This record gives sequence, structure tokens and C-alpha cells, in this order.
Amino acid sequence: MDLLGGINPAVLVASLMMASVPIILAAIGELVVEKSGVLNLGVEGMMIIGAICGFAVAVETGSPLLGFVGGALGGAALSLIFALLTQVLMANQVATGLALTLFGLGLSSLLGQSYVGVKPPPTGRLDLGPLSDIPGLGTMLFRHDAMVYLSIAAVAAVWFVLRHTRTGLVLRAVGENHEAAHALGYHVVRIRVLAILFGGAMAGLGGAYLSLIRVPQWTDGITAGAGWIALAIVVFASWRPWRVLLGAYLFGGITVLQLNLQAAGARIPVQYLSMSPYLITILVLVIMSADRRRSTAAPASLGKTFHASR
Amino acid sequence: MLRLEKRPNPSRFWNYATPVLAVVLTMVAGGLMFALLGKNPVEAIRTIFWDPLFGEFAWYFRGQLLVKAGPLILIAVGLSLGFRAGIWNIGAEGQYMMGAIFGAAAGLALYPADNRLIFPLMVVAGALGGWIWAMIPAILRTRFRTNEILVSLLLVYVAQSILASMALGALRNPEGGGFPGSRNLSQWASSANPELIAGTGMHWGVVAAFASVIAAYILLQRHILGFQIRLAGQAPRAARFAGVSPNRLVLLCMGISGALAGLAGLFEVTGPAGQISIDFAQGYGFTAIIVAFLGRLNPVGILLAGLLMALTYVGGDNASTNLGLPAASIQAFQGMLLFFLLAVDLLSNYRIRPSRKEAA
Repeated sequence: MDLLGGINPAVLVASLMMASVPIILAAIGELVVEKSGVLNLGVEGMMIIGAICGFAVAVETGSPLLGFVGGALGGAALSLIFALLTQVLMANQVATGLALTLFGLGLSSLLGQSYVGVKPPPTGRLDLGPLSDIPGLGTMLFRHDAMVYLSIAAVAAVWFVLRHTRTGLVLRAVGENHEAAHALGYHVVRIRVLAILFGGAMAGLGGAYLSLIRVPQWTDGITAGAGWIALAIVVFASWRPWRVLLGAYLFGGITVLQLNLQAAGARIPVQYLSMSPYLITILVLVIMSADRRRSTAAPASLGKTFHASR
Repeated sequence: MLRLEKRPNPSRFWNYATPVLAVVLTMVAGGLMFALLGKNPVEAIRTIFWDPLFGEFAWYFRGQLLVKAGPLILIAVGLSLGFRAGIWNIGAEGQYMMGAIFGAAAGLALYPADNRLIFPLMVVAGALGGWIWAMIPAILRTRFRTNEILVSLLLVYVAQSILASMALGALRNPEGGGFPGSRNLSQWASSANPELIAGTGMHWGVVAAFASVIAAYILLQRHILGFQIRLAGQAPRAARFAGVSPNRLVLLCMGISGALAGLAGLFEVTGPAGQISIDFAQGYGFTAIIVAFLGRLNPVGILLAGLLMALTYVGGDNASTNLGLPAASIQAFQGMLLFFLLAVDLLSNYRIRPSRKEAA
């Protein structure tokens, strides 16, 4: 049997671009957070809070746009707790991140109770005029909703800011050596809190994309590990923005392919197909970390608590 | 303004006082949350924390307490060893499922034999299942320096898929009329893990949990391995100079926590749960992380924390039947507890002093 039997490659590319959006958004946010020297393991929790906040706002106002704003605000609000605990109260970042995920999962299912089975207002796709009529390419690249393009723009923006602006330089300095950055007069804690808020907003945006466009409805545990995969993609990307895009598309491709195989009734049992994205993420992590040059790419102060003693 | 001054040594007083303070703060914040949900906060807190122990139906709830606390304590004791050494196994939920699957499979392979050795064999298989699942992140970390946090967590989703495939396929009850789920292990004399003293909820898993608390206490206080674990967590560099092999610690800590989580799964599937089913895993592996921290990574503390957390489960059930409080609110409540715990931990490591105006 042909492995891809009956699956149109153009449709496959189009749907992998959609499937990757939540992970791109969450991962690029987390990349900024980690570049500032903070490890926030609460991505899954921030995503799912973004998913329910976005969903609720969109349903109540009837506007998907406001829904996305709500999702970003929800994610940022949760990340504010993380910022307070780790930056002001100097709590352990690993433990706080886990707490954020556990709390987010509980709170989201609490908030989402009255939204089960509700349909969100549809998000239209962006009208790109004649571009979308190009045979093949049009289906593949130019018939998406605005968020698909926004996610790519976000990667470009983060790359530009980190690489070519003073803000990016300061952020990286704080992440590489917070003592030195402090000595130079930069406000380490303030910069990190802002980075954490940005990461939270991006994760919330990714979550809102899941509940408003990708699924689109509210179910408990809707993120299903997407936040953890976003964390893995940051490692895979060796903390480089464009590689986040590459990693997310690879992952999105695998997800879409296994979903298509499930739908096409492949002879592999469904459960084995649905575990494949996680297994492949682990495999990729192993390959990346086995390479010594890449594993030193992590920001030097990552996960360390900063306390200005002087 | 206030400023923080790092203590040379963590405060002994606050070390014991912070968990209590965190519980009190969580009750206040939880009460606020319940008030926002339109419930009487005092009544909700009483229904969760008081009624199961001293209310009208306490005779029923008290038994449930040990049933819930058993797996939590067993898993948390294992996790705490690794957490002390900076080894983050957060995939206990997956190891719990694999323990149940391995144990149940070993037993069901011998169905319907009648032999007293079957249950011990299943216990060994359960521990083995959890151990194997924990060895994957452990070996990947020691061989390739792969982050064990991400791998152990991602393996939970893999285990969930395996569990579903077992419930629908290999382990499905052939006499179950095509419904998903295995044979009922608690109704087969050779594999049953019954209540040992009627009405207490005490089953072999609870016995194992108590034993693990004692073993961990002795290990940490009296054994060289326990010393090495504490040393590696507090001063990794000093530990390396003292000849502690980081890799060996990773393998040991992950292995022990995996085996204990596997045991918890096995005792659950043969006792309270009764069978392998798709929704067998109820989040004990994640809640145990909170239990480990609430107990300050100390075996005796974990025992108390496990009982308290079990109370929130039992009381939460009570509140959801009697007050219509959503079941998910208990999960949020537990997450909140961990937040407060981490926040007030500041008090044991820092002094809060009014900041002086310094001459520039």
C-alpha cells in the first residue's frame, strides 16, 4: 500500500502550516524567556489558560480577534505569577514552572465548564487576492488565516530584535551573565519579568489558536502536551529563532501525517500513530543533545536565580 | 522599602513553619476562589477539610483517605530523592501506568490459575515496568545529556497511548462483551489486593507506602547513598570532588522513583481501580510532585503531606456531590497550594529587613 495513499501533498503542506502555529508561537515566546536566562516550564499551563480565555472571550464577544487578545492576556496573566515567584520571591524555576502547568490545567478546566460543546465564532482566512488562486502554491501557502502569517512574522521579529537591536543585546547579556549585566547597570529583574510576560502572551496566543481555529472547540486538556513540545523545540533549535520555525514545521508535518494516516485507515493501530509525535520529539532531543557543540548553545545563566546582593 | 538578606543557613523554624503557612494561605485564597464560583467559602472549606474527618459520614471517608494517600506517598517518596539531588523525574504518571500494565499483564498471563505466588510476581513485574520506563530518560540523560524533564514528561503521553491500546487490545477482557478494559483483577483471588483491615482502606499499597517512608528516612539519615544525594543537591561541585558519580545518582534516583511509581500503579490496578482501563491514570503522578514539595522532600513530611493531599481529594469529592463544586476546582486548589509553598519558601532562605538609606 502506498504510504501516502490518497493524501494530496499541497493540502498536507497547508495543514502542517496550520498545525504548527500554536507550537511556533509558544516556542518563540519561550525562546525569548530562555534567552533572558529564565527557564519557564509552565508553557503548557499558559497555553491552556490562553486557550480557554481566548475561547471564552471570542464566544462572549463574537469576535475572534478579541478572542486572540484575550488569550494573550490570559497567558500573560498566568506568567505574571511565575515572574513574581521566581524573580521577586526567588523560588526555584523548575518547581514554579511545574506548578504553573498543574494550576493552569486545573483552572482551565474549571473556567471551561460552561463552554464544552459550544462553537466559537469562525475566523475567516486572510484574503490574498490573486495569490490564493495560483494552482498548488495557492492552496499550500496563500489560503490561511492571518495567524499563520503572524506566527512567521513573530519569528522574524524576534530574530531581528535579538540579533540587530540594542534591546536584544541587553536581553542576551542578561541571559548570558546576569552579574555582569547588573554591574553594567541593567535592571536584570525588570528585563526578565518583561521577557516572561512576552513568553506568557505568546503561549496564550498559541493556546487560543488551538481552541479557536485548530480544533475548534473547548475540551479539557486541549493542549495535549503542545507546551512541552514547544519547550523541546527550543532546545532542538539551539536557541535560534529560524530553527524554531524549522523544528515546528517538522513536528507539524509529523502530526498532520499521522492524523492523515489515521483517517486513511492505515494498518498501524491508532494508538501507535498518536504516540509518534512524542517519540519523534524525544528522538530529536537526543540527537541534538548528543552533539556537544550544540548543547553549549544554551544561555549561560539559564535557570539560575539572580539576587542582587550589592 | 524592604530588602532581602540571604541567610547563611536556611532557617530551621521556617523550614517547618512554611508548609503550614502555605496551607493556611491556600485555604484563604481557595475560599476566595469558591466565593467567586458562588459558593459559601466557609462551608466549602469545611466540607473539604473537616467533614471527611469528623462529619456524619466520616466512617466512609476515613477509609478513602488511605486509599488516596497510599499511591501519592509511594510516588512522592521516590520523586523526593531525585528532587533533592537536582534530578527531575516529572513523568511518574507514565511510570505509574507502565507499572500497572506490566503487573496486570504478568498476572493475566497466568489467568485463571490459583496460586499464592501470582500476586508477588505481579508486584515484581509492576516495579519492573515503572523502572524500565524511568530508565529511558535516565539513560538518555547519562549517555547523551538529554534533558530528563522533557523526556520523562513526553513519555507520559506515550504511556497513555500504550495504556489505551492495552485496554482496547492485548489486555482486553475476552469475556467483556467487547467493552474496553481488562478482566477485573480485584475479583480474582490470586491477583486481588484487598482491604487488609475492614473499613480502614489499608491495602498492600498503603503498607508499601509506609515502608517506603521508613526506608527513605533510613537511607537519607544513615546511609552513604543518602548523604551523596543530599550533597549532590546542595553542592554539586563538592560532590564531584568527593567522588560522587553524577551518572550513578541519576540512574539510581530515576530507577527508585520509577520502580515506586510502578508499584503504586500495580497496587492501584489490583485494588481500588480493579482493571486496566483507558481512564485508569487519575493524575497521582503529577499530584505527587506537589506532595513531595509540600513535605519538604522529607520522608516524614511527605507522609503528612500525602495524607493532607488525600484529604483534598476525598473532601473535593464530597464537595462536588454536596455543594456542586466542580471537580476541577480541587485541581486548581492543589496547584495553588504549590504556588504558596514556593512563595513562602523565601522566608526560610532570606531575611526580610527594612532597607536603610545608604549614603552614595
